[in-house]
Amino acid sequence: MEVLKIATAGSVDDGKSTLIGRILYDTKSLTTDKLEAIKNTSKKNGYDYLDFSLATDGLVAEREQGITIDVAHIYFSTSTKSYIIADTPGHVEYTRNMVTGASTSQAAVILIDARKGVIEQTNRHFFINNLLRIKDVVVAINKMDLVDYSEARYNEIKADFEKLMAKREYQDQKITFIPVSALKGDNVVHRSERTPWYTGTTLLEHFETLDRSDVYNTGTPRFPVQYVIRPKTDAHHDFRGFAGKVYGGQLSVGDEVVALPSQTKSRIKEIYFHDKKYQTAARRSSVTITLEDEINLSRGDMLVKVNDLPTIEKQFTATISWMDSQTLSAGKKYILQHGVNKVLAKVDAVHHRIAPDYSGVDAKSDTLGMNDIAEVSFKLNRPIYFDSFKEHRTNGSFILIDTQSNSTVGAGFIS
Amino acid sequence: MKDTSHINPLENEAIYILREVAAQFERPVLLFSGGKDSITLVRLAQKAFWPAKIPFPLMHIDTGHNFPETIEFRDRLVEELGLELIVRKVQDSIDQGKVKEESGRYSSRNSLQTTTLLDAIEEFKFDACIGGARRDEEKARAKERIFSVRDDFGQWDEKNQRPELFDMLNGQIELGQNVRVFPISNWTELDVWSYIKEEDIEIPSIYFAHKRKVFLRDGLIWSHSDYVYQEEDEEVLERMVRFRTVGDMSCTAAVFSDAKDIASVVQEIRESTISERGARIDDKRSEAAMEKRKQQGYF
Repeated sequence: MEVLKIATAGSVDDGKSTLIGRILYDTKSLTTDKLEAIKNTSKKNGYDYLDFSLATDGLVAEREQGITIDVAHIYFSTSTKSYIIADTPGHVEYTRNMVTGASTSQAAVILIDARKGVIEQTNRHFFINNLLRIKDVVVAINKMDLVDYSEARYNEIKADFEKLMAKREYQDQKITFIPVSALKGDNVVHRSERTPWYTGTTLLEHFETLDRSDVYNTGTPRFPVQYVIRPKTDAHHDFRGFAGKVYGGQLSVGDEVVALPSQTKSRIKEIYFHDKKYQTAARRSSVTITLEDEINLSRGDMLVKVNDLPTIEKQFTATISWMDSQTLSAGKKYILQHGVNKVLAKVDAVHHRIAPDYSGVDAKSDTLGMNDIAEVSFKLNRPIYFDSFKEHRTNGSFILIDTQSNSTVGAGFIS
Repeated sequence: MKDTSHINPLENEAIYILREVAAQFERPVLLFSGGKDSITLVRLAQKAFWPAKIPFPLMHIDTGHNFPETIEFRDRLVEELGLELIVRKVQDSIDQGKVKEESGRYSSRNSLQTTTLLDAIEEFKFDACIGGARRDEEKARAKERIFSVRDDFGQWDEKNQRPELFDMLNGQIELGQNVRVFPISNWTELDVWSYIKEEDIEIPSIYFAHKRKVFLRDGLIWSHSDYVYQEEDEEVLERMVRFRTVGDMSCTAAVFSDAKDIASVVQEIRESTISERGARIDDKRSEAAMEKRKQQGYF
């Protein structure tokens, strides 16, 4: 079954967790025991309604403060699709978790409180979703019940948001506006009679019709070698299989390929998934490939088609989303993990830091702090084989790892 | 078949994760309980490395209070697949005075497993422990990463987890730390059961409806057994039941069921209005029971 991953974004108290709880409730995905627990705790906390955020705020600290700190993954399915919702924190200081949640999603929901309209956080959320090139974004104008389901208010917010859209980098992003009340259930799963002026789909209907089959299919396959399988048993004495996931496009038996970095050419001999042979390895499948010739190929190397070479360089510029309390500055060294390949990277220079409210470009700055986003140029100790993030979502992104703490400190999108 | 596009995206993801473990760590181990999730992991590992053998051992942290059916199953599976199995016993941790047996009505060896597990990790210097936990099981687990770093004390720092972007998995750790790896994080209970059905994977018989001596307490169906404390007024009944989730006997409750084969089990799960962990006595202890256990180093 098709799996669609959706990231949610919204400011504190915009009702993100309530929206997710509402979806679960209206699709009958909340089991009796979980619903019972929500009823009891809601009552204990003195609410006269069901506090659906209790279904998703899994940590004690989150329930104490009534906010989402870390990404939670929530699962439900309809007869046509399996859904994974990444419930990401709305608080400014947890922006990095939002980037994380969005990085693996094909669609996103940005929530706006109908009383407050477009605020600074909306700017941030939209900027990040656009930077990560999320193909399908729904702007859910929530708490419509608190503005008397006013069409005028809805249109006002929509117009404000459209001003942000004019400035976006990724213009092909599809944006849909839906007036909802997560608390009352309007236009989330069921159509509302209280918004007769709205003729579009409900939130769930929108996702049900979304076809993700062509999302991020660029037609240029990239096959990073993850692991070399050499059984050395009698039955498979000479077997030498290259295990990995196919990105961007498909690979078929007989395709002429180049191994990077050696630039040696060969042809695909066999494609296996488990013990079965296939003619073609589809995009995103975890296969094992054997080649016609014995060539030198190990983890971190890459197989590509002869006429579709990526850029092979030791330096490049990328947009960095910084995620650590220790600042990034020129001259610092990090481990750069590009797919399954690791190299050492030195920060050459920091350019164009984006203003913290993401309204435009800031003055030049030499350092990057937590949650900052900027253009940064790097020099590497060895070349990597990349595409721009625009052309190739997987082969155009990387993470930065601190050499001391081993923590993931930044995400990069190659320009 | 012509191309691989029909393959379940969750299966592709799990295989990718297992291969990352084999490539990034020196001493990985697969935590095997004999339950359906760890059996599924074994199948996925077979697929990930074929035609080579699974490049890591299995380890069972044995509470001693097992369903005999699971142990029998475990030993047969290991032999058939030619795998290496390590068993470490909670009883030994008790005998060494490292943990104290719980007493009373709700006593269980479930949380005692943590000490035995952490000791075994140290003994074998395991740097990655692969587990079958899923994010849909429980709300603290919904916050878990696929590669989840544990410190020297096996502890989970839930408020300071590494960001996990795209499908890049960062397994860099210091000596003494280890990573818990969850390849089926994004599977739901129904996904696991459907996979078991499609792949025709053998599972222990207690997952199917059978006659068992049970008693009722707090709305749950408990097994009548030497390992489970039972009040005198708690009447023993014989009923058709099956287990949806299998821990040891003291922490796993049964459900009434007539589902005798995998197709009817899948159907039953599809229609169920109770969550899987609704039958886990260990989670009923408090709202934050799982989070607390995880901080201490539980699976």
